[in-house]
Amino acid sequence: MADFLLKASNLKKSFGGVNATDNVTLEVVEGECHAVIGPNGAGKTTLISLLNGALRADSGSINFNGRRINSVPVHKRCHLGLARSFQITSVLMDMQVIANVALAIQAQQGHSFRFWTHAGRDRRLSEPALDFLAQVGLAGRAFEPARSLSHGERRQLEIAMALATNPKLLLLDEPMAGMGPDESQVMIETLAQLKRTKTMLLVEHDMDAVFTLADRISVLVYGRIIATGTPDEIRGDDAVKRAYLGDEAA
Amino acid sequence: MTDAPLQPIASPAKSERKGIVRTASGIAALALLLGLSLAAHYSGNGFYLDLATRLTILAIAAVSLNLVLGFGGMISFGHAAYLGIGAYAVGIPAYYDINDGFLQFSLAIGVSAVFALLTGAISLRTKGVYFIMITMAFAQMAFFTMISLDEYGGDDGLTIYLRSEFPALDMEDNLTLFLVCYGSLLVVLFLVNRLVNSRFGMVIQGSKSNDVRMGAIGYNTYVYRLTAYVIAGAICGYAGALYANFSSFISPDTMAWSRSGELMFMVILGGAGTLFGPLFGTAVFLLLEETLSRITIHWNLIFGVLLILSVLFMKGGISGLIGGKERDDG
Repeated sequence: MADFLLKASNLKKSFGGVNATDNVTLEVVEGECHAVIGPNGAGKTTLISLLNGALRADSGSINFNGRRINSVPVHKRCHLGLARSFQITSVLMDMQVIANVALAIQAQQGHSFRFWTHAGRDRRLSEPALDFLAQVGLAGRAFEPARSLSHGERRQLEIAMALATNPKLLLLDEPMAGMGPDESQVMIETLAQLKRTKTMLLVEHDMDAVFTLADRISVLVYGRIIATGTPDEIRGDDAVKRAYLGDEAA
Repeated sequence: MTDAPLQPIASPAKSERKGIVRTASGIAALALLLGLSLAAHYSGNGFYLDLATRLTILAIAAVSLNLVLGFGGMISFGHAAYLGIGAYAVGIPAYYDINDGFLQFSLAIGVSAVFALLTGAISLRTKGVYFIMITMAFAQMAFFTMISLDEYGGDDGLTIYLRSEFPALDMEDNLTLFLVCYGSLLVVLFLVNRLVNSRFGMVIQGSKSNDVRMGAIGYNTYVYRLTAYVIAGAICGYAGALYANFSSFISPDTMAWSRSGELMFMVILGGAGTLFGPLFGTAVFLLLEETLSRITIHWNLIFGVLLILSVLFMKGGISGLIGGKERDDG
């Protein structure tokens, strides 16, 4: 396990007196799907935000693709290859579905100080955008406003947008949040497809999803990683059972 | 599998038809404006030509505000400052007997752009109510600066004896002035239309819809929003220069906060974020002002009620009523 795509070392972040992230060290290896699980309030979203740059850590360091990125702002981390989906659905509601993805592609094609040509008729945007939408099963809804999508479809759109930034690492913040069983199943299949080509850090509550998708799992409790290992190792870990799985089993 | 079957892409027919209806209404409105103005002129109703000229100039200002407010979601409450700056960029040179139109208009656009760059660079670091307040504060600074400059009339204002001089254009002729304003409106509408549909425009609209998300997909939206803010300021400065030519008298009132409010009213009433919305809004605003002010001096009161009603019940403004409810931003 030498090739870390992402390595976070001794990350700390506190809000007032609460240590949301408490000395977290986490490594994501190229090609793996690494899941982070933990009970509510364990600091999972905070961790994702630290990694993508939406929040700055109080201390510790983050290395991505051989580069220290502690002080790199969000939009630049995105260009380095760190893409994020949001726990609370965050798409461009007022715009067409295809425009959501096209904007993510456009960001990869250099600056957008282009004032004249009609972006909606630019095939360099629309063709790849439709490809990404097809990957998440939304190609048929491309020209509807994002607002008209169901919750599950918006989650799928999130993934398409993250993919369209051409990431080396996908940070997925509870992609199944708020989904019904059918929608979750669709999402699991989508992610299983993506897993073949993308490295992922998956934060998720849905244990079916985690144990289906993850190569390795880290367990986060009260801001600390209490265990990291393969799904089997995590199932058998006593500390994890007590802290987390035990609650559900009981 | 989750992959969608390779069905033909849902055609954007519905929103496209809506767009066509809206564009047709806009073009019809423009044609009507031109027709009525010419009719007014040739039938000797100079008053109505004046009204049409004022409408055209304010429509340019409203279109420019719409670029930031409607398409970019930047609720600027200080847009009249640019009208004033543009007006004084004509008035102050004229005061020194410098009437060269190219110089005056370049000055109007240039100073407005610089003012927008400096104030926007600060204002755009804030969000929401703070942005509204800070843009208003900057406009008030411009307002009080002009009040304090006694040399240029202070709050008594400044009379402009000669309109801008252009080769081959007799701006002193009211019809020529109207046609210049009207042509400018067409050009501005065309430019803004190109702009909001370009890659740049998509970033601006995306930032309005969800700025955090735009950051996460790789945009530093601040520089794009600032650019839009400067472009809008420059266009409005141009409108101000036309306004000075039209009214022959300018005062700090041109940039008072209530003026900024009126511009916002025009944009919102007409339909923020639509191409022709500001034109409709300006037309309705001026017609209401003309008719209501003949009935009662308290016409502003009726105005306020109308604004509240239109915000509550006419989401998308007048444009929203044309061709269906939903806005198509794409």
